[in-house]
Amino acid sequence: MAENVEIIKRASLWRDAWKRLLRNKLAVFGMVVLAVMVVAVIIGPAIIRWTTGFTADYVPSQIEQGDLVRSFSPSLQHPMGTDDAGRDILARVLQGGRISLMVGIISTLVSLIVGVSWGAIAGYLGGRIDNLMMRIVDIIYAIPYILIVIVLLSVFGGPNTPAIIIWLSEKFGGAGNQGLSQIFLLFFALGLVSWLTMARVVRGQILSLKNQEFVLAAKATGVSSFGIIFRHLVPNALGPVIVYATLTVPSVMLTEAFLSFLGLGVQAPYASWGSLAADGIKNIQIFPWQLIFPGVTMALTLFSLNFLGDGLRDALDPQTRKF
Amino acid sequence: MLSFIIRRLLIIIPMALLVVTVTWGLIRLAPGNFYSDEKKLPPAIEENIRKKYGLDKPWYQQYGIMMFNIVKLDFGDSLKHQGETVNDIVRRHLPYSATIGFFAYLVALIVGLTAGIIAALRQNSRFDYGSMATAMLGLSVPGFVLGPILVLIFALGLYWLPPARWGGISNLILPVLTLSAVYMAYIARLTRAGMLEVMGSDYIRTARAKGLDEKTVLLKHALRGGIIPVVSFTGPALAGLLAGTVVVEKIFAIPGLGNIFIQSVFNRDEPLILGIVAFLSILIMIFNLVVDISYGFLDPRIRYE
Amino acid sequence: MSNKGTILSIEGLKTYFHTEDGVVKAVDGITFELKKGETLGIVGESGSGKSVANLSIMRLIQEPPGEIVDGKIVFDGIDVRGLSIAEVRKIRGRRIAMIFQDPMTSLNPFLKISTQLTEVTRLHLGHTKQQARDHAIKMLKLVGISDAEQRIDSYPHEFSGGMRQRVMIAMALSCDPELLIADEPTTALDVTIQAQILELIKDLRTRMGTSVILITHDLGVVAGMTDKIIVMYAGKVFEQAPTRELFATPANPYTKGLLKSVPDPAHEQGTELYQIPGLPPDVAHLPPGCPFAERCERAEDICRKDFPPFVEVSSGHHSLCHFAREVYAESSKGLPKEEQ
Repeated sequence: MAENVEIIKRASLWRDAWKRLLRNKLAVFGMVVLAVMVVAVIIGPAIIRWTTGFTADYVPSQIEQGDLVRSFSPSLQHPMGTDDAGRDILARVLQGGRISLMVGIISTLVSLIVGVSWGAIAGYLGGRIDNLMMRIVDIIYAIPYILIVIVLLSVFGGPNTPAIIIWLSEKFGGAGNQGLSQIFLLFFALGLVSWLTMARVVRGQILSLKNQEFVLAAKATGVSSFGIIFRHLVPNALGPVIVYATLTVPSVMLTEAFLSFLGLGVQAPYASWGSLAADGIKNIQIFPWQLIFPGVTMALTLFSLNFLGDGLRDALDPQTRKF
Repeated sequence: MLSFIIRRLLIIIPMALLVVTVTWGLIRLAPGNFYSDEKKLPPAIEENIRKKYGLDKPWYQQYGIMMFNIVKLDFGDSLKHQGETVNDIVRRHLPYSATIGFFAYLVALIVGLTAGIIAALRQNSRFDYGSMATAMLGLSVPGFVLGPILVLIFALGLYWLPPARWGGISNLILPVLTLSAVYMAYIARLTRAGMLEVMGSDYIRTARAKGLDEKTVLLKHALRGGIIPVVSFTGPALAGLLAGTVVVEKIFAIPGLGNIFIQSVFNRDEPLILGIVAFLSILIMIFNLVVDISYGFLDPRIRYE
Repeated sequence: MSNKGTILSIEGLKTYFHTEDGVVKAVDGITFELKKGETLGIVGESGSGKSVANLSIMRLIQEPPGEIVDGKIVFDGIDVRGLSIAEVRKIRGRRIAMIFQDPMTSLNPFLKISTQLTEVTRLHLGHTKQQARDHAIKMLKLVGISDAEQRIDSYPHEFSGGMRQRVMIAMALSCDPELLIADEPTTALDVTIQAQILELIKDLRTRMGTSVILITHDLGVVAGMTDKIIVMYAGKVFEQAPTRELFATPANPYTKGLLKSVPDPAHEQGTELYQIPGLPPDVAHLPPGCPFAERCERAEDICRKDFPPFVEVSSGHHSLCHFAREVYAESSKGLPKEEQ
């Protein structure tokens, strides 16, 4: 009798949350815009290349080496104008979007994996191990992380990328691609920035779930500790984890943009919204669209992600609601 | 309370040294050097350079010497800025960053707290939705987009304010606004959430049941609990503020510490890098300590032993 | 000391809440009267609407999402619903005072109790800081906190649960109100402390002549303290009677069920504890007919179809039931001839 009530409660918990999410107009707006953006960056570049022949790197042949003016304002041919090298900005923004979103999502995944494992293990094992693990988190928390990340990226970036990262990037993207290995380096560097709070959140959840009955039942039927942590506890702690992950993506993307803006993030031949903005800032007085289009696109995406994250938080934790 | 403060202060030193060690390790582990930018140097000259900067000694000796000096607060001379000590450089460029950072957070507090309180009081009103949506915007527009746009509008478009550089108050306005935008947003949201939570609690009901008017209920009873999330936010905010000043300094060509730091990183100017990292780490840790102490004053339930 | 005259009269009070799930009729038409010097007990399970009813008296309901939809609330001849909010505030804390269930959350953890005590008299009686402080110390002593001078500058978390409740009582009685509403004052406390607090309230109300409304789900609490009792269920008054009569000859199946649920040490060991079957109803979606029908032992078809009448089974004794008189008669059967 009791488990039926429990199961019914759980199934409808997610459905209730989904219903509540849909009622939140802003969150729905965020979801829609985000979906559009994702679709755009995935198939957009292909469509553009197909219809106009422009890619992120393509310089039209009419522009010779001697041509001084290559930056065109927004027009029908180039809806977002062109940059200093004559490249179509719309194509670059879409391409950059791919990189920015990819970096955001994968870095968040990295921080999820590290943070959830760390927090779950610490919370489950408790006692001295928990203490030790969380003290490490506290110590790292007190460090001005961003400074170290900056140093890390600058000394290991470019031609200095450690062999293992190059190996990884070759596995995924083909040989000799320095830009790609820089991106892989970014995945780790950025992922390492946000796992701390994730670990804390997960540990808190695990601590409160640890003593509930279904854990006892799992133990009694001989499930290993590993199994208990990852097959039973973690799925139940999912709520706050999802919320936090959704809010981490924009935060990581901002950090990546910040680093790219400084020249430490995504390098040529790749572009991200941050590096596009860095390029665009040089010409703000004469060709403002070079900064504005990538900037506004990024802001729009982050806006949607934030609204979605907010909506998720309200949907999954209704106590924070009005009354 | 006193022993708590002392314990925290004592921990700062080994922590700072740890940070310096990690940074130093990173710099040393990577291939390349501060002089390897330029063309390949003839071995004789390279030998000289190495001797001059003590690079010919074994690494643990170099580490030991450096640490010893650091504890004496001697960070050495900058490698790129010939003839200047690290301490001098930090001292010279710090005031710019500090001023901008301070005013940015002050503005963020004033605007954010006010907006958050009003939004909480007029929940679900147009002001509430409007201000929270604006706050969302503030969170979503990166500084390096907002800054130039502000410059475009107010400096290059309307000629109200100067576009860059250091100078009088009018030079400060745009950089401070750009930097404070994100924090204004966070603080407004945190304040609203905190106030809403407090306003729904039992002791506010008691206050009303005693016949107190809404203003008293708000200011005397609700405010202290409501702003606690903002106080806790101040700690991590400082770290972000550092990153923010880097961007703002670059956009507005302000010779602050952030700019210097980025330069030093690109130049592989090891003493300068370590000096700035150590300084900022200590600053952040002291600041967090101050935040924790004020926490204790705000909430009488917290007792530090 | 015991005056005739009605201090509080509630007629047809309806307080509804507008929620995502629909309209919750927390209080759906209750009527009762309290005479000066009387003590009224309001008994009910959680969700019965008893707390909401009493918050409505002082218009402490959050609007939105709540709303006092209908009814008359007359305090000492004053139509409370017709007052402006400023005028209501003059009554709150001064003529009507309330103490709440959980003293830990009901006292402001950030302010000293001296602040919380003195602000009431400074507001309503115009005391100066010193006058208010002296008065507060006097009140603290009155409620049994002997070292009041030392403890008055403490914070709520430095007191034990029982002491905090005493502080709340001192705060409530500071202006010598005519009506004290005590919402589950002992529920959050240990059993031994419960008795002390109840004794304190009894003692003070006699000394100061205060009329009292005592809200609880615990029948044992009302037994020794009240002159008359109202039993609430699903936002309605199910039975009201003088205390002795309610216990001796209940006229409502719900009341009988409540009485049966009280564990009786006189019963044989091994007898199962009685529980009213089922759960309290969802007040947002009430069935037609009697709200108690699906849990009632003697429910019949008419109970499920038609809303029961409010029947007067004897003087001052009413019951909301189709079979009120029958139930009353059954209860009377067990009594000695003289009392029937």
